[in-house]
Amino acid sequence: MNTRKVLYQFGYRRCPDQDRPSPAQHPVVVVGAGPVGLCTAIDLAQRGIPVVLLDDADRIGEGSRGICYAKRTLEILDRLGAAHPCLEKGVTWKIGKVFQNNDLLYAFDLLPEDGHKMPAFINLQQYYLEHALVERAAALPYLEIRWRNKVVDLKRRNDGATLTVETPEGPYDLDAEWVVAADGARSALRTMLGLEFKGEVFEDRFLIADVRMKGSFPSERWFWFDPPFHDGHSALLHKQPDDVWRIDLQLGPDADVKAEQTPERVMPRLRQMLGHDDFSLEWVSVYTFQCRRLERFVHGRVVFVGDAAHQVSPFGARGANSGIQDADNLAWKLAFIINGEAPERLIESYDIERSAAADENIGHSTRSTDFIAPRSAQELRFRDATLSLARHAPFAKRMVNSGRLSMPSTYDTPLSTPDADPWSGSARLGAPLPDAPMRDRSGQPIWLLEAIGGEETILHIPNGAQPPTGSRVLIIGDDLIDEHGFFAQRFDASPGSTYLVRPDQHLAARWRHAPPSLIENASRRLKGFEGDRA
Amino acid sequence: MSVLVTESRLADPDQTYRALIEAHRGLPDEDSAALNSRLVLILANHIGEHAVLQEAIALANQSMEPKDASE
Repeated sequence: MNTRKVLYQFGYRRCPDQDRPSPAQHPVVVVGAGPVGLCTAIDLAQRGIPVVLLDDADRIGEGSRGICYAKRTLEILDRLGAAHPCLEKGVTWKIGKVFQNNDLLYAFDLLPEDGHKMPAFINLQQYYLEHALVERAAALPYLEIRWRNKVVDLKRRNDGATLTVETPEGPYDLDAEWVVAADGARSALRTMLGLEFKGEVFEDRFLIADVRMKGSFPSERWFWFDPPFHDGHSALLHKQPDDVWRIDLQLGPDADVKAEQTPERVMPRLRQMLGHDDFSLEWVSVYTFQCRRLERFVHGRVVFVGDAAHQVSPFGARGANSGIQDADNLAWKLAFIINGEAPERLIESYDIERSAAADENIGHSTRSTDFIAPRSAQELRFRDATLSLARHAPFAKRMVNSGRLSMPSTYDTPLSTPDADPWSGSARLGAPLPDAPMRDRSGQPIWLLEAIGGEETILHIPNGAQPPTGSRVLIIGDDLIDEHGFFAQRFDASPGSTYLVRPDQHLAARWRHAPPSLIENASRRLKGFEGDRA
Repeated sequence: MSVLVTESRLADPDQTYRALIEAHRGLPDEDSAALNSRLVLILANHIGEHAVLQEAIALANQSMEPKDASE
C-alpha cells in the first residue's frame, strides 16, 4: 500500500520557446526539479546565470523520502535563501542512541560545541524541502521552471547539447551550452548517453513506514540491533514534523515485497514496536538499495549531479545531502566558466572533488550496510561479537556502526594551494569553513558564513602591514568583529593570518603572512588557471 | 609488563572492520572458522605477551556470558 498524496500541484504552461522556428539558446538547462536540480538552478540564478529547469512531473509529494538534512546542507540552503522555512518546520536533533535488545549501548552527540548558526541535523519530509526550494526559485528573475517538460532526446555537440523536450502540447527543441543532469537514480539522460552505472547491489529488504501519532519519544535518532519487537533484525525510529515518525525495519533478503506493504503485515509489526495502535499510516514502502556511481560525472557539456551520478544506501543520510553538496560545488564553477572568468577546464575539478566525495559516501554507506545487514553466518558472528564486546570494551563501541552520518567532504584538490605553515584549529584546507558568530561594522550580529555568502573572499587579520587586495577582502576586527574569539580559535588566527575562501565556502589557501603575489597565484589556481604558472 | 588495551587504537575502525568482512566474503562457513583460527594465532604471536593474551581471553569469555549476568 503506497499512500501517495499530491501535496503541491504546479501547472504546465506553454513557453515562447515552443513557438520558435529554430531552437532557443540557453546557457544552462537543468533537468530534474528534485532538491539537487532546484539547488543547482537557484545557485546559478543567484549568480546571474539564466537557467531553465525542466521536470517531467508537475507535482511534489510522493512520500516523505529523504528526511535528514545535515548541518553543511543547511548552510548551503541558507546561502540559497531557503534554509529559513526548513528550520522553522524541521525537527532539530543532534543526539543518536543505539540499542541492543532493550539496552542502551551508547549515545552520541553530533554537534557538541556552540557557535554555529546551523544545527547538526534537521528532519524534514522531502516535500517540504522541495516546496521551500520551488518558492525560492519562483522569486528569482533568472530562473524558469517548466513543469511537464520531459527530455526525450539529447544530442551532444562540442559547445553544448540539443535537447528534445516532450510536453502535453507536443515536442520542441532547446539548445543549451551546458546541461546539468539532476534526473535522479533512474536518470534518463544517463541512459541516453549510454553510460554505465556500476556498483554493489545489496539483497536485504527494508520496510519504511511513516506513521502519524502523538509520541512520547524524544527528538533523537534511535537505532536498535535485534530489538525485542523485531527479532533478529534492525529497526530505526526518527521524528519528523507534523507528529510523523519514520520507522525503518530490516526485513531480510527473502521478504516478499508486495505482501510486506499490506496493512495486514505492516500494522502488527508497528503495533509490536510502538506498544499501542494509536497511530495512522502515512506512507509505506519496501526498498532494497545499491551503492553505485558513474565513472565520470562530466561528459563534455553534460554534467551529472546527485542520484543521477551516484547512489548510496540510506544509512547515514548521504543521498540528498551529498547531492546538494554537488550542486554547491558545481554552480560557481559553471558560472565562472560561462562568464569567462575561468577556463573551461575548471569543470574537471567538479569531477575530481565530487567523485572523491561519492567514493567516501559509498564507502561509509557500504560499511554501515555490512554491519546492519550481515550476509553470512560469519559476518553475523563478527557483528554480534562487536555488539557483545561493546558492553565491556570501549574499542568495540567505536566499531558499532548504525550509519555514520553525513559529514562534508574535505577536498584534496588541485584548486587548493598547499599549506606552507603549520596550522591548528578546526579549519582545514579543502573543507568548508567552520562557522563562527561575529559582529559586523555596525555591531549587528552576523554569522561568518552569512558574511562570506557565495563570493570568493579573503579574510585577513591586520598586523600593521598593507592589507591584501584582489577579490573581496574582509578584515577581521574591522569588517567582522570576533567578539567571543570563536574565529581566532577555529582558524588558529594570529596577526597577519590570511585565508582565501572559494565561492562554495571551502578553504582554498591560508598563510601566516601573505605577499600579494602568493594570494594572486592562489586565486588564479582556485579558478583552474593552473597551467600558466610554469 | 603491559596490560590489555581496550580503548580504541584504530584510526579508522570502520575500515578495519571492513577488511575483516572482505577477508571472509564468499567463504564457506568452515573456511571462515579456519581463517579466523589462523588470524587469532598470528595476532597472538604479534602481541607476544602471554599475560595480555590471557586478559584478552578473559574479556572474550566475559562478553559471552548472558546479558543479565554481565551487569
